Amino acid sequence: MEALTSRSAQVSRKPMSLAERLFLPAIFKGMGITFSHIFKKQPTIRYPEQRREFSPVFRGLHVLNRDEEGRERCTACGLCAVACPAEAITMEAAERLPGEEHLYREEKYAAVYEINMLRCIFCGLCEEACPKDAIYLSETFAPANYTRKGFIYGKDDMVIPNVKTDPEGFAKAKGSPRNN
Amino acid sequence: MTLLVLDWLLIIEKLVLIAIIVFASLGIALYTTFAERKVAAILQDRPGPERAGPFGLFQPFADGLKLIMKEEITPNSSNKTLFILGPGLAMTAALMTCAVIPWGASVQLFGRTIDLQIADVNIGILYIFGVVSLGVYGIMIGGWASNNKFSLMAALRGASQAISYELAMGIALIALLMTTGSLSLKTIVEQQMAPGHLWNIAYQPIGFLLFFICAMAECNRTPFDLPEAENELNFGYHQEYSSMKLGFYLFSEYVNMIMSSAVMASLYFGGYDIPFFNEALLPQNIAALVGVGALLIKIVIFIFIFMWIRWTIPRFRYDQLMNLGWKSLIPIALVNMLITGAWILAKL
Repeated sequence: MEALTSRSAQVSRKPMSLAERLFLPAIFKGMGITFSHIFKKQPTIRYPEQRREFSPVFRGLHVLNRDEEGRERCTACGLCAVACPAEAITMEAAERLPGEEHLYREEKYAAVYEINMLRCIFCGLCEEACPKDAIYLSETFAPANYTRKGFIYGKDDMVIPNVKTDPEGFAKAKGSPRNN
Repeated sequence: MTLLVLDWLLIIEKLVLIAIIVFASLGIALYTTFAERKVAAILQDRPGPERAGPFGLFQPFADGLKLIMKEEITPNSSNKTLFILGPGLAMTAALMTCAVIPWGASVQLFGRTIDLQIADVNIGILYIFGVVSLGVYGIMIGGWASNNKFSLMAALRGASQAISYELAMGIALIALLMTTGSLSLKTIVEQQMAPGHLWNIAYQPIGFLLFFICAMAECNRTPFDLPEAENELNFGYHQEYSSMKLGFYLFSEYVNMIMSSAVMASLYFGGYDIPFFNEALLPQNIAALVGVGALLIKIVIFIFIFMWIRWTIPRFRYDQLMNLGWKSLIPIALVNMLITGAWILAKL
């Protein structure tokens, strides 16, 4: 019969030789193999102290960007929420009042902006949909939490710290491991 | 005023010796559990426990604390007395072996000559055999009292395994005893220390191999760990055990390992003999202490080999185990005995 796969091998039914029946040569060979592993490099990454480097295209937790003057870029247009295949994003818009020009870039801004990190599939479509370059996926990932509520990230969790006033917080939110 | 005509100092001396040896064996066993995890890890390219204390050295205490804090469960349908007796018996039998092992030569202390051996019984090896056979009761009683089919099956396996391998072990040992002409462990060690006399491994290589394999089977170490086969018997005879009772079972395995290593070192590797070195050149006390160190190093090497084998080869199937014991080891041991007898006759 023609074999259905190229990887099949004929089962050998020949009786074991004396050396094979003694088991000992095979056992010593195996012990040699395990012993050689003592000198092998361990691939372990000791997690909290060491972290694996992500690739530059890693899609992690979202950040809400600021412009050069430190103003929030988001105008609450809702395109990210529409683009989101997991329907993880909700937002409420508000109008910028006089005197808030240093906080928000446009006349309209997001008063509430929430992403449910349990729904989010980190596809990055929100990032592509945003006309204002306001939402980006960073190179960090969501830490564990005790409650489901804890995974609904609001603006305080996501708006990136100002580079000028808080460069450390900015780097942390951006989460590039090369900076950690 | 003497109440009893007894050498009270001798009794105190022996009590102190017993305390030291028992606690030292327990301490070594404690760290053997740690070493087991570490060796397993290193052989598998992992770092192993390294969080508790420097290099994870406090890990055994963390493990022990965990076991003590666990809830103590006694199954309703179990035989309560036997259920408690099982782990105790396993531990006692494991520790009792240390009585006849010569841990070192004698030291001079406070004007007394103290033998570093609890009891120099002239039938030391028979005593060890008796105690090792008792060890199977720990498994048997534990498995029976749990009233659980897996435990019972594991206990039966353990008992039949121990009985089958004791035979081959005994016959391998008879060949050794024929060359030494003594049953006392102290005498056997001193014979090996005598100038011009090699270690017994040189005269009994096959006997040692058989003894080693059987010792592994007696200790229920992989590849002979059928009584506690995790993946077929749900941890076997100690399935129903929890808390420190389970700890006793796990711990007695390590004590057993140390004791069988000590016995093997004494019988075949010169006990407290330092290789290529004449102990008589040193002052008596220092020579004795160095000898104890030498024995400990031999024990550690044996324990490492035990672990190394455990993390290399898989478990035997039950029929393979019985085939190996009855159809291979016992015939080889018998032939070995015949050859030894012929050799002794030829030498006369």
